[in-house]
Amino acid sequence: MNSKDRILSDLRAQQLPAAGLPSLAQAWTRYEDPSAQFISLVESVGGRVVRLPSRGDLPAALAEVPAFVAAQQIVSGVAEIVGNVDLARVDDPHALEMVDFAVFPGEFAVAENGAVWVTDERVPHRAIYFITQHLALVVPADQMVHNLHEAYARIALGTSSLGVFISGPSKTADIEQSLVIGAHGPRSLTVFLVG
Amino acid sequence: MNHAPLAAEFVKDRPRAEWHDATLWFVRAKRDKAAQSLPEWETLRDCAAQIKAHTQYRLADYLEQFEREATKRGAVVHWARDAAEHNKIVLGLLRNRGVTKLVKSKSMLTEECHLNPYLERNGIEVVDTDLGERIVQLAGEPPSHIVLPAIHKKKEDVGAIFHKFLGTDEGATDPNYLAEAARAHLRAKFVAADAGLTGVNFAIAETGGLVVCTNEGNADLGVSLPKLHIASMGIEKLIPRAEDLGVFIRLLARSATGQPITAYTSHFHGPRPGGELHIVLVDNGRTNIRANEDFRRSLNCIRCGACMNTCPVYRRSGGHSYETSVPGPIGSILAPAGDPAKFYSLPQACSLCGSCTDVCPVKIDLHHQLLTWRGELGRKGLISWPKRLGMKLGSFMFRHPAVYRTVGAAARKLTPWLPRALVYNRFNTWGRQRELPEFPAESFRQQFERRSREQ
Repeated sequence: MNSKDRILSDLRAQQLPAAGLPSLAQAWTRYEDPSAQFISLVESVGGRVVRLPSRGDLPAALAEVPAFVAAQQIVSGVAEIVGNVDLARVDDPHALEMVDFAVFPGEFAVAENGAVWVTDERVPHRAIYFITQHLALVVPADQMVHNLHEAYARIALGTSSLGVFISGPSKTADIEQSLVIGAHGPRSLTVFLVG
Repeated sequence: MNHAPLAAEFVKDRPRAEWHDATLWFVRAKRDKAAQSLPEWETLRDCAAQIKAHTQYRLADYLEQFEREATKRGAVVHWARDAAEHNKIVLGLLRNRGVTKLVKSKSMLTEECHLNPYLERNGIEVVDTDLGERIVQLAGEPPSHIVLPAIHKKKEDVGAIFHKFLGTDEGATDPNYLAEAARAHLRAKFVAADAGLTGVNFAIAETGGLVVCTNEGNADLGVSLPKLHIASMGIEKLIPRAEDLGVFIRLLARSATGQPITAYTSHFHGPRPGGELHIVLVDNGRTNIRANEDFRRSLNCIRCGACMNTCPVYRRSGGHSYETSVPGPIGSILAPAGDPAKFYSLPQACSLCGSCTDVCPVKIDLHHQLLTWRGELGRKGLISWPKRLGMKLGSFMFRHPAVYRTVGAAARKLTPWLPRALVYNRFNTWGRQRELPEFPAESFRQQFERRSREQ
């Protein structure tokens, strides 16, 4: 008998009491002003939120972001911003090591925890979200859910090889519980809430 | 192998032990604040416990469903009955692809399987990329906590380790400077690696996907640069539905560090284009624990570490005193299940205060299970004879009121006159750090009777 059959037959030989699944349709917390909740949560985890009336304001808003202004290599996944590194022309994600700034669309935001949902569906190298020195995500302001239950209800998990909730920049507190921003991944996260 | 002498060693350095205690209590306080911020916290805990109980009940079905769905999405699923088989599978995957450099994100399972030394003996360079894990790996130590692996290290210790291995300035202790040095050091490792290995926080039967939570983004970097992603998971990491994640992700980071969510909560479904994803499902004793009605619920653990942060014994004795890959209350239940003779002392290292049970996000009745273990170990003859004898005598005394009264009276009258060596000796382990209180002239019963008469 191979290990799989052995494990499964051992498990099936055990009689456990029947237990049902709970319904997750419950009265979970909703916020009076989800955008305000989202903004305060992102700021509490070391990120920044900039509200923009329209996507057309993106270039001007980014021109105010010092990390973007100083960036040598820029990757852009949004139409309004022109990058100088084209992901589609990069064969090996290792080449992205020198990227200073990346700006991508986020599908939606979660008020409860300041997270933004992104996937690698239209992104040739998922490494870009993590290897860039600085990251900006552009999220339509009306794409805001109150809590994670609502978030999972709208995600079709499995349609892309990576889906990730990003909440703030990369961080660590592994040295004496002192918070350090910029552990391995982006040193900063800017979320543009549009509309 | 005994918890007490190792704990005694830890508390010798008093300021350090107090610092350790306070640091973990600080994390516990952050957890409280996060939990209290959600009115539905208790509902979430109830749901989590129910989902886990249900998953255990139908574990075989869900494992098969998971394999089917994961395979459909291009992953390869492997099954390992024990640590040795897991390690062999991982080494085989690496060897077949000529991998010599592996980057790893946090995985308590690979600690449990002692994967690192096995791979190193076989010529693979293994780099733990979680900063805390890298610190202890360079120091040649195991992690002392499952979420905060280097919580026992002060910044001076980290500075000295980094000076030796990463060439940071001698005496430098600034966390920002040290973390920046680690970033540069580990970036080079990420770029050089031929494969990435991650642990798994949750595996979803319905979609065949994996969820990995980190704050640093190290798991994501490690499996997005090289082509090969290996994910090692215990079979108890399964949850049935994608929507169940709503419950567990809300509980996990809040319970662990008081954060509303980790910086990265990554959902992997199949390999990335041009890559490979191999998932190793490991039993290694879990099936045996599941068979036991008393300890089955310990498999519901989501490894948040809240029980450690709150445990008065863990905080004051340090993770290394447990000598297990998972220390603290939950580790003291899991470890004796694997090797009762080796870990017999762990369920004794508990004051039964029940704080672990109160904070557990999946409502494991930790302190009840620790008490159950004590009885079990006693029946196995793994409790020392002075303790067994003491328990037997105590039990006899408490069941016989007349004996209790006589012993009490004798103790009150005689003890103050006994030579110190007779009271404080090697059999009185309680008295090693403690003094008996002054004995009152009358017992409670005598006082009560006297006052009733006087009224």
